[in-house]
Amino acid sequence: MSFHEEIQRYATFDFDRFFAKISGSEVERAIGKDRLSERDYLTLLSPAAEDHLEEMALKAHRLTVRNFGRVMLLYTPLYLSNYCVNRCAYCGFQAGNRLERKRLAPAELIKEAETISATGLKHVLILTGESRKRSPVSYIRECVDILKRFFSSISIEIYPLEENEYAELISAGVDGLTLYQEVYDETVYEEVHLSGPKRDYRFRLEAPERACRAGMRTVNVGALLGLTRWRAEAFFAGLHANYLQNRFPEVEVAMSPPRMRPHLGVGRPRVEVDDRNLVQFVLAFRLFMPRGGITISTRECPELRDRLVKLGATKMSAGSCTSVGGRSDTAATDQFEISDTRSVTEMAGMLYAQGYQPLYKDWQFLPAEEPPSTYGADFS
Amino acid sequence: MNDVLKIGDRELTGRLFLGTGKFSSNRLIPDAVKASGAQVVTVALRRVDPEFAEENIAAFVPKDCVLMPNTSGARNAQEAVRIARLARAAGCGNWVKIEVITDNRYLLPDNYETVKATEILAAEGFVVLPYMSPDLMVAKKLVDAGAAAVMPLGAPIGSNRGLRTKELIRILVEEIPLPVIVDAGIGRPSEAAEAMEMGAAAVLVNTAIATAADPVVMAAAFGMAVRAGRMACLAGLGEVRDVASASSPLTGFLRSAASPASSPESTGR
Repeated sequence: MSFHEEIQRYATFDFDRFFAKISGSEVERAIGKDRLSERDYLTLLSPAAEDHLEEMALKAHRLTVRNFGRVMLLYTPLYLSNYCVNRCAYCGFQAGNRLERKRLAPAELIKEAETISATGLKHVLILTGESRKRSPVSYIRECVDILKRFFSSISIEIYPLEENEYAELISAGVDGLTLYQEVYDETVYEEVHLSGPKRDYRFRLEAPERACRAGMRTVNVGALLGLTRWRAEAFFAGLHANYLQNRFPEVEVAMSPPRMRPHLGVGRPRVEVDDRNLVQFVLAFRLFMPRGGITISTRECPELRDRLVKLGATKMSAGSCTSVGGRSDTAATDQFEISDTRSVTEMAGMLYAQGYQPLYKDWQFLPAEEPPSTYGADFS
Repeated sequence: MNDVLKIGDRELTGRLFLGTGKFSSNRLIPDAVKASGAQVVTVALRRVDPEFAEENIAAFVPKDCVLMPNTSGARNAQEAVRIARLARAAGCGNWVKIEVITDNRYLLPDNYETVKATEILAAEGFVVLPYMSPDLMVAKKLVDAGAAAVMPLGAPIGSNRGLRTKELIRILVEEIPLPVIVDAGIGRPSEAAEAMEMGAAAVLVNTAIATAADPVVMAAAFGMAVRAGRMACLAGLGEVRDVASASSPLTGFLRSAASPASSPESTGR
């Protein structure tokens, strides 16, 4: 059963009615459990749970330290191309926007990679818009071949692929997938995805499963908060993560809670999601999935990111740039404005000051060609 | 007391093995090693970065310790083997702790794949210490596969739940001719001492030390607990009794000829 079928169970679910019935004692009971059910998770996302954020935070902090230690994995996004055929109402790179379109050539990519590499980071997330013509899988594969020389972990945040295409990129050296459904509510999904292949809700929804089947090591899901009622979206995103973890126990599943940011051509989010809401989502997810990763990007401001270190986050971007080639060309157009412009060194300093170790490397690329199995002396 | 633990070509006196993945700073590692008396330190190869000297975790392991890379992240035997080979090629020595985990919720080891990886790596000359779920048949297979020790879990990694698998570990201690090293789940020094009292050859601790409010002091506490447990094991623990030994309610009458119950004179009364 795919996640699409799984999510149908909630097609007629009345969230407002469920939330109206939640009492404080039910919230406390959910917080106290070792293993939370789906309903417990939804209970922690309820308005009633807002009065229990401190208790949730204490437990979330304990669980995170126990499971992940006092460490924070750092990564940075690297935009390869902003050509896009989709018209998504919330995105700065959508096809309808007039901006300089660009795709990194190998020499430009090497320059970006060198700049990032000098900061010590070993984890990069490469991004493209959706254009099978301008940024086909073959192009992404060529980029991965170059980036392998600089980084030990390469994740992709690109248009959804077929299973064999994921397998191709994995064999090239990709180990992580980030793919936000953007919005799980199918009606709203149709409203905000005006044209392009991205209108295919189901093909996108089931892409993380295809990546898992292809052997992807880490898979990061998420909903873009601000498009519709956030509590239901947070719930579905959590269900999605939980579904993937159940079906693919070997995969490291992670969650992102990205909030809409201002960008070219688009005004405000359709729905307000404040800091309190974001924190509630992060805490509820941590209690629901104690071993799940939680990724916090530079969409959020430094003050909030600093607080989220102790509230469940496991991975943060640093030294970010959301334009193509923007590390060398400062005039390039951003996909969205980042809120936290701190460098990798500054982020590391903040983490150390909070008693956390910045992790620059937490994966080792395993070359397909094995080294010879016979070694002479002990190398130690 | 000349009490050494022989593993591979090393003779160890420190029976606390230290994990390194959860410290708030790598700079704590040398102090924790010193405070605990650890001589074996495990480091995930995935974290080792020789290109970044200031943050390279392996560089913080004191030179007189055995650096034991682990295969964290391996999902099958082949990946574990590849990681072990990369570690050896990177200069991390020939010890390896095999971790093959296909369950991200509890991080329980895949015993089947672990046996396969052990067989391959032991044949290549590695000193192989496999992390395993405590299962006697699997432990026997690991012995046959050439493991240098077996490392059963006390409870899931990072859980601090203690020796939940005590009964199964006790059986391994009795039946397996290799050192049995309790790895994972030990949350407090008293549990480490308990494992050692049972006859474990060593314990491996990470979370309980690294996430303590004062990791270095906790490392010292674990070091002492491990030594205490080991000494108790060697000294021979007294038998556990159900009743206080001074009383023998059922057979006390047999002990003394002078007791009225056993006196021939009294029987006629």
